[in-house]
Amino acid sequence: MTEADIRTLIFEIIVQIAPEIDSADISATENLREELDIDSFDFLKLLIALSEQLSIEIPEQDYERLISLNDLVTYLKDRLSENKT
Amino acid sequence: MAEFIMPSLGADMKNGILVDWRVKPGDQVKRGDIIADIETDKGGFEVEVYSDGVIDRLLVEPGGDKIPVGTVLATIASATEQPTFAPAQSTERRIKASPAARKLAAEHQIDLSRVSASGAGGAITLADIETAIKTATQEQINPPSAPPERPKASAEGLRKAIAAAMSLANREIPHYYLATEIDMSRALAWQEEYNRQHPISERLLPVVLLLKATALALTRIPELNAYWVDGKPVIRPEVNIGFAVALRGGGLITPALANVDRLSLAQLMSAMSDLISRTRAGKLRASELTSAGITVTSLGDLGVRSVFGVIYPPQVALVGFGRISERPWAENGAISARPILTATLAADHRASDGHLGARFLDTLDKLLQEPEKL
Repeated sequence: MTEADIRTLIFEIIVQIAPEIDSADISATENLREELDIDSFDFLKLLIALSEQLSIEIPEQDYERLISLNDLVTYLKDRLSENKT
Repeated sequence: MAEFIMPSLGADMKNGILVDWRVKPGDQVKRGDIIADIETDKGGFEVEVYSDGVIDRLLVEPGGDKIPVGTVLATIASATEQPTFAPAQSTERRIKASPAARKLAAEHQIDLSRVSASGAGGAITLADIETAIKTATQEQINPPSAPPERPKASAEGLRKAIAAAMSLANREIPHYYLATEIDMSRALAWQEEYNRQHPISERLLPVVLLLKATALALTRIPELNAYWVDGKPVIRPEVNIGFAVALRGGGLITPALANVDRLSLAQLMSAMSDLISRTRAGKLRASELTSAGITVTSLGDLGVRSVFGVIYPPQVALVGFGRISERPWAENGAISARPILTATLAADHRASDGHLGARFLDTLDKLLQEPEKL
């Protein structure tokens, strides 16, 4: 799965959580939760959906690394690579 | 004969619109069944029936004007009562229709109860049936892609409802406020270990521990789980907590989590997830808006340190939680950085005094020091 695929998947999930958000407006480097104006419950929903759809574990201690959209994409890409090896 | 009325979904609600019936005369219903959809300033809600029986008469047509709270919408006959409606199989006979209209309706399997009548005295004419056939045919050609969405709260309507409730609260409730700082080290360490042992879909959020601790504290200080009614406090039999949920379009709704004191943390997390999702999707039940004995509002996600809330009448208390943040904490003569939570209580001075409120916050603190017992 490419970075672009991961990004598309994230946007697909975000649209379900925050339907009024235009993915084009999301900054790749700003705080994602603030960009989307989502609370910890919706952020957890996003991570659960990503975890299930990509079949990867996202340990709770990793949450603090997932600040921006870029952080999330990079993290997921790395986790997918680890799963392959 | 029991009456099914336009419910009041809060002190601010004066009227509502009946959107749809989910039953017809002759249908058996039991307590808890959803029988109608209504729309209020807070959005669309499913309304349950509170008695067992048989739907006797539907007194209000859906889709009309605003109906005042308390208006009888339907009557329900109990098992021992004789319904006044004609038996279900003869429902059609009560509908006025010309013989030609009946014949044509039967040929095209048109339900007469769903046809708009234009004839004298409300009778269905042949032309009405022809129109209904055209509509049905059109629907077959172009079936609706999805069922009509239930109305969601308009930002303006919701603001109006909140304004009414909060104005009433500030006008009538003599609030007093207390705050305390709680060391969350043990609770968060316990939660972290719990989450480490569970898949992401079963993990807990810190607010779940706070809700459970609040519920258990209320079982010990029940005076704060009460309504102020007719000049006196009435303690609620169950610990149902209204949980403030912010809506994406602005505003908030505080539906109730039921029997929180009796739920395990896993059950509570699941119930909270379900409630938040349904609140934001506009799929709440009317009873969920009216059964809370106290409200909890948590604004920690937004970085707020302390929450001084306004009580939602007729409740007599509101608990606020701020952000859990690292702060210097002195214990046994040593200072260390600890995750600290500021918990606040807004309480109605007519129903309780500061002494009782202080006992509540102290109990809450103690409960959070033994998270394994929550």
